[in-house]
Amino acid sequence: MTPLVEMRNISIAFGGVQAVDDVSIDLHPGEVVGLLGHNGAGKSTLIKILSGAYKADSGEILIDGEKVEINSPRDARAHNIETIHQTLALADNLPAPANLFLGRELRTMFGFLDDSRMESETRKIMARLNPNFKKVAEPVSALSGGQRQSVAIARAVYFNARILIMDEPTAALGVHETKMVADLIMELKAQGLGIFLISHDTREMMSLCDRVSVMKNGQLIGTERVEDVTEDEILSMIILGKKAPEAV
Amino acid sequence: MSTTDTEKNAGTRSRRRTRLTDTLELDTRLLGMIGAFIAVLVIFNVMTDGRFLTPRNIFNLSIQTVSVAIMATGMVFVIVTRHIDLSVGALLATCSAVMAMMQTAWLPQYLGLPLGHPLIPWLAIAAGLITGALIGAFQGWLAGYLMVPAFIVTLGGLLVWRNTGWYLTNGQTIGPLDPTFQMFGGINGTLGETWSWIFGVAATLAALGALWFARRDKQRHGFQVKPLWAEIVLAGLIAAVILGFIAVLNSYQIPEARLRRTFEARGEVMPEGYTEAYGLPYSVLLLIVVAVVMTVIARKTRLGRYIFATGGNPQAAELSGINTRLLTVKVFAIMGALCAISAVVASARLTNHSNDIGTLDELRVIAAAVIGGTALAGGIGTIYGAILGALIMQSLQSGMAMVGVDAPLQNIVVGSVLVLAVLIDIIYRRRTGRG
Repeated sequence: MTPLVEMRNISIAFGGVQAVDDVSIDLHPGEVVGLLGHNGAGKSTLIKILSGAYKADSGEILIDGEKVEINSPRDARAHNIETIHQTLALADNLPAPANLFLGRELRTMFGFLDDSRMESETRKIMARLNPNFKKVAEPVSALSGGQRQSVAIARAVYFNARILIMDEPTAALGVHETKMVADLIMELKAQGLGIFLISHDTREMMSLCDRVSVMKNGQLIGTERVEDVTEDEILSMIILGKKAPEAV
Repeated sequence: MSTTDTEKNAGTRSRRRTRLTDTLELDTRLLGMIGAFIAVLVIFNVMTDGRFLTPRNIFNLSIQTVSVAIMATGMVFVIVTRHIDLSVGALLATCSAVMAMMQTAWLPQYLGLPLGHPLIPWLAIAAGLITGALIGAFQGWLAGYLMVPAFIVTLGGLLVWRNTGWYLTNGQTIGPLDPTFQMFGGINGTLGETWSWIFGVAATLAALGALWFARRDKQRHGFQVKPLWAEIVLAGLIAAVILGFIAVLNSYQIPEARLRRTFEARGEVMPEGYTEAYGLPYSVLLLIVVAVVMTVIARKTRLGRYIFATGGNPQAAELSGINTRLLTVKVFAIMGALCAISAVVASARLTNHSNDIGTLDELRVIAAAVIGGTALAGGIGTIYGAILGALIMQSLQSGMAMVGVDAPLQNIVVGSVLVLAVLIDIIYRRRTGRG
């Protein structure tokens, strides 16, 4: 089966630092692939290349087996790639609907912003994702960490993503909200989305992902199916930067 | 009564007040500014024994505010996107020089249009607008694409454009400007009584219509709307302000001698007891149009949404696919075009172009925007706030002049008010947790 996404031999350097060094990963429909590694291992940089925030120095990206050019976040969105950034990338001074539709505003037939329709669409999707969400009209700076997170998630989910990138989606969340995100990942996976997931929580990754790729110092150490490895083996890949010795 | 009781009472009272403003969906910040404005007006009126709030002085206040207020609306966009423009006064001078030279020298010489030709003022204004927008866009390009901080670009621009204006006119004062052009200055161009009333009624109907449409739209989407009485109170206030303003301007009578001259110029004799009022000046009408257009841009267009999003979080805006560099160019181009519009008003008011036109306007404009609630950290600001800020500044200045405060003290007061306004704003935002 053709992978949904293939990133082949991706490299990028920032002022002499090789942030990503010849890394290849892929993702199939209905699959969750986790990216693991220390801070600065290159995970976020790698997926930012896929989401259009950075442009790779070399390497290629294939979607449905076809080579594509992703030069900007707009290009990525055109390929149904949606990203939930670690920083959430919300404009704090604007309310949830303005953030949800940022860059893709709904407009009236005269070309003006259709705030009412955006608000009512926001209410609809938030009712599904986070029933406790009520502050639709207030700037997102007035929201709790979990609520802000759900705005960022809603933004990715609303536009019929095929490829979803989640960078530390649960880092700022409480137990209950983390569970909600995990359920959502399972639901989206069942709908056939491909998901790249970045997290520091190895245990969480082992339960949510189908495969995990481990990175260190910009290089890919290895990609393993979660049922083939133990958590300790993954940890040693992260720390030592070596694949576990083949099981005898 | 013990202190706790008083505190409790104060607490419930303030809570009730909050609820009232919430019901009316009025911005408490706006109310504060309006309160400050009214206080300034009342205090000066008392100090001048009622000379401050005469139709004549209100008329003068309005036309003196226009030039700074028009630029302040553009400064809101500039500051909201986390930039600053120190060159607006100088840019106004260059635009004014271009328009003055077009009218008096270039169009007559190169296009052979005789002085007084009906096309002259309009071609001159078009040239001024293009000049302003292009220079603004250029500065925006330096700031947005070449990443030179806008502070530096426009600090340089302050010197460059002020003196470019000098070279365009060889340092001379150019005038008198075209009579039609002069009509944008204030006293030389007003709507007259009847048309002022027609405009006032039309504006009131438009405002009420907008309120009604917004309410119906909310209801159709099943959102909560404020109670009908609140809507009616708000509508009544708006109508009272618009029509009250028109009534005041319409009670400022044109002096008899001037009327007589007009009749004589037409070869007629003025009937005995004939009176006529100035009504709404074209320059104020221009400000109203600019304010409406800028407010619509800010609230109802993608451009406006992107301006505020970029100011709130530039990285988020970029990750959402917004071209923040091009946005910077657009914002500065709008600022430049508004400088040109202000240049029309300012030079028309003086009936000529002089080299020092618009000197220190950058400070007045920035102060107006900031007093009006535009946050220098970006992302927050309103068009009406900036205009109100310009009004407050101008009222302070002319009020003090009328009371007989000497110029140095006037500047000390205005400077202190600016700092105080920002301080109050910071405290307010900390308390309410907004911004």
